[in-house]
Amino acid sequence: MSDNKKLAFLEYKSDQNVRWCPGCGDHAILNSLQKTMAELKIPNDQIAVISGIGCSSRLPYYMSTYGFHTIHGRASAIASGVKLANPKLSVWQITGDGDALAIGGNHFIHVIRRNIDINIILFNNQIYGLTKGQYSPTSKRGFISKTSPFGTIEYPFRPGELTIGARGYFFARTIDKEIKLSVEVMKAASKHKGTSIVEVLQNCVIYNDNTHREITDKKFKDDRTIVLEHGKPMIFGKNRNKGLVLDGTRLKVVTIGEGGITENDILVHDAHCEDPTIHLKLADMEYPEFPVALGVIRDAEAPVYDQCFIEQMDKIKKESKIKSFRDLVTSGDVWEVK
Amino acid sequence: MAKKSKVIEKEEVVVRFSGDSGDGMQLTGSLFSFSSAIYGNDISTFPDFPAEIRAPQGTISGVSGFQVHFGHSEVYTPGDKADVLVAMNPAALKANLEWLKPGATIILDVDSFDDKNLARAGYKSNDPIEEDNLGSYNIIKAPITTMTRESLKDMGLDNKSILRSKNMYALGLVFWLFHRPIKDAEHLIREKFAKKEKIAEANVRVLEAGYNYGVIIQAVTPSYHISPAEIKPGIYRNLNGNRAIAWGFLLAAQKSGLELFLGSYPITPATEILQELSARKDLGVKVFQAEDEIAAISTAIGASFAGNLGITSTSGPGLALKGEALGLAVMAELPLVVVDVQRGGPSTGLPTKTEQADLNQALYGRNGESPLVVMAASSPVNCFDYAFYAAKIAIEHMTPVILLSDGFLANGTQPWRIPDEDQFPDINPPYVNNPANQWNVYERDPERLNRYWAIPGTPGYQHRIGGLEKDYLTGEVSYDHHNHFKMVKMRQEKIDRVADFIPPLEVHGDQDAELLIVGWGGTFGHLLTALEELQKEGKKVALAHFNYINPLPKNSYDVLKRFRKIVVCELNMGQFANYLRSKFPDVLLRQYNKVEGLPFTVGELKNHFEKILEE
Repeated sequence: MSDNKKLAFLEYKSDQNVRWCPGCGDHAILNSLQKTMAELKIPNDQIAVISGIGCSSRLPYYMSTYGFHTIHGRASAIASGVKLANPKLSVWQITGDGDALAIGGNHFIHVIRRNIDINIILFNNQIYGLTKGQYSPTSKRGFISKTSPFGTIEYPFRPGELTIGARGYFFARTIDKEIKLSVEVMKAASKHKGTSIVEVLQNCVIYNDNTHREITDKKFKDDRTIVLEHGKPMIFGKNRNKGLVLDGTRLKVVTIGEGGITENDILVHDAHCEDPTIHLKLADMEYPEFPVALGVIRDAEAPVYDQCFIEQMDKIKKESKIKSFRDLVTSGDVWEVK
Repeated sequence: MAKKSKVIEKEEVVVRFSGDSGDGMQLTGSLFSFSSAIYGNDISTFPDFPAEIRAPQGTISGVSGFQVHFGHSEVYTPGDKADVLVAMNPAALKANLEWLKPGATIILDVDSFDDKNLARAGYKSNDPIEEDNLGSYNIIKAPITTMTRESLKDMGLDNKSILRSKNMYALGLVFWLFHRPIKDAEHLIREKFAKKEKIAEANVRVLEAGYNYGVIIQAVTPSYHISPAEIKPGIYRNLNGNRAIAWGFLLAAQKSGLELFLGSYPITPATEILQELSARKDLGVKVFQAEDEIAAISTAIGASFAGNLGITSTSGPGLALKGEALGLAVMAELPLVVVDVQRGGPSTGLPTKTEQADLNQALYGRNGESPLVVMAASSPVNCFDYAFYAAKIAIEHMTPVILLSDGFLANGTQPWRIPDEDQFPDINPPYVNNPANQWNVYERDPERLNRYWAIPGTPGYQHRIGGLEKDYLTGEVSYDHHNHFKMVKMRQEKIDRVADFIPPLEVHGDQDAELLIVGWGGTFGHLLTALEELQKEGKKVALAHFNYINPLPKNSYDVLKRFRKIVVCELNMGQFANYLRSKFPDVLLRQYNKVEGLPFTVGELKNHFEKILEE
């Protein structure tokens, strides 16, 4: 490992030339991931990065860890096999909105439901990039693309809502170019035991440039996003004077100092709460009615599949009379011919 | 004093138990076959049950059967037609008429032959014997339901439990018919119902009552005697093909030092492999019931990447879904075994019936030039051996292997002489052994051409693999056209060289035969029986049966060239015959094909072979 903390992330770069388009958001996400691993000091040989198909899924080739670039949509399943075969590995899945939510939708919800300890980084650019510009399952309704020249007539998935709907216990959101925030949420994802979903609002510079611009642009990002932190009031805005409150069963944006609202009225973020009701509302917030939530939205504890898998096996191994292949084949209804 | 019955000495007998799918016929058949095996007969069994769990009561579609073939000498099949049929209701009689030998004994529960059940079975009159012209059969009309009630009347059981015991009455009667002691069955019943003592007692009591009924009627009914077979000494158990496959993998895991990982999704008729291994947590087996067939194979590939022996089990429709992932395993050159327990197709087809029509899919069902090893088991118990060797080849050659079984092998049982583990060779995973700085991902063993296995978690050997074409040495992504062709040929050559590590093709029967019978997979028992019967009749015939399909045994062509007439028999429209033609265009092959969801019968095979011999 490099002694220079700032350069430690270089230890995670492979010798391959990165072949994403210049200006693509993926470059920044790759840097964030390498920085996260460096900060967590996970040895390279203890990391497996698994991906499916799509621009984002090329990422394993650029890591000096173990990596497997697999087939479209199936990375969650392959990563599940890797984790169960070798539970000590730190397993990361790299995927995109098409890979995870269209062709891989089934595997995505089931890995979350099982709560296998895998960190899934979902690059959401709301477009199919590698096939050159068709709408994806996260494209906004009405979106015009090569395969929707007259606008889509379908609603998009909201990854946070889908995660919580599949009984997810970790969901975070960040923006590709916000490296500091990305590293924070990726570290939290790594530390979380169970399936962690990190949605990265990623910009496809070629086929869907500026799709997230109305919330990610520096000029208005502070007013249009809210960075959630566990235990902190949900305050946002350039002037830190806006906040979220519960109005009946709905979230509402208020201005501190107006209408008698004080900081004490603002909701305090409880990421660890088992009940996902508020997390779902936060994850679903959309501009312009609401700021878009960033940071760790949900980080609650639940039984972890791979741990239970080992515990159950250890228990049965102790209890069973069958200790070997021989014991098995000679147990039950056998007879001897002399 | 009752007169002693006439006892008929027989070499072999086929008994078919048949009733409603809720009548307990599978249990009855299992108990009888186990007792026969303990008695010393060689046996072969096959259950035949409907796809529906509880089809409409009393109808032909709801008939569930279990056939046992046992004999004084070796038996290789469950038998074409029955010498004895137990029919618990009119539908069971009607459904099985086609499968009776002339003059067979039929045991009927006359109590169930009421107007309602007769109508449900499609009888127009109230006399099925007359209607179906069964005068020449030896019919035992036993009042099974009445007698079962009678023998349990003081036990305080509810009506449902009483009726559930009537299969034991029929079983007792069959025990009498073959002069079998009922003590082994009694013991098994008490073991099976250890936690329900009262039910165990009721079953045993009814079993005895059935036996005693036989003693009473013996004056008018002939019975049979079948001497024990000459059987090699050893410890035996009955084993079906699915369980044998599961156990073969357990031995492979032990012999390779690898942990076994099964990713699977329930599908008839392969589900039992998943169930069997799910129960083997005590032996450290990792089983993952996936969300679908694709996830099932994908988890297995992930597990192999991470250093386990990854396997997946399925049937034809599932293999179709696994095609893309299989291609990934070909490209990534990882060990993987896919078990396809074939059933009737296409589409959902006939889920509980047998067929051999997935061969083309196994050989060719992937995009690109995507060669892999294809093998086939040929008897319920040798499913154990071929599962073991499929795993050995997958590991040592770093390749996916498709192991073909079928519904007939999966559910059929035979006695299995429990082998000594030392008879099986070690399996040596080709772990990377070069120092980390002198190693390349696609470096190959010069003999087998497999690449070496570096397990994630090992310091220094971090590498990236994937479905994109790779440089022939470094494993880096390569779109170079020369490299691609080189890799395509390399992957083919790697599979071709497996032929250096498999046994040669054997020829059973007459080495200078007029006719060579060729088969593969689950038809072996029927083909061998037909061969032996023809030989007994003085005909010069031989059999070459394939277990290794891709690659073929190296002497395949030499064997085929030696015979003037060759007939390839398979339960499909000629997939293996066409495969052989593609390999050996100058060999003239006849075909014998059947696609009825049923195994061959020895009778039809013999008829066909005799015709060819006469040509």
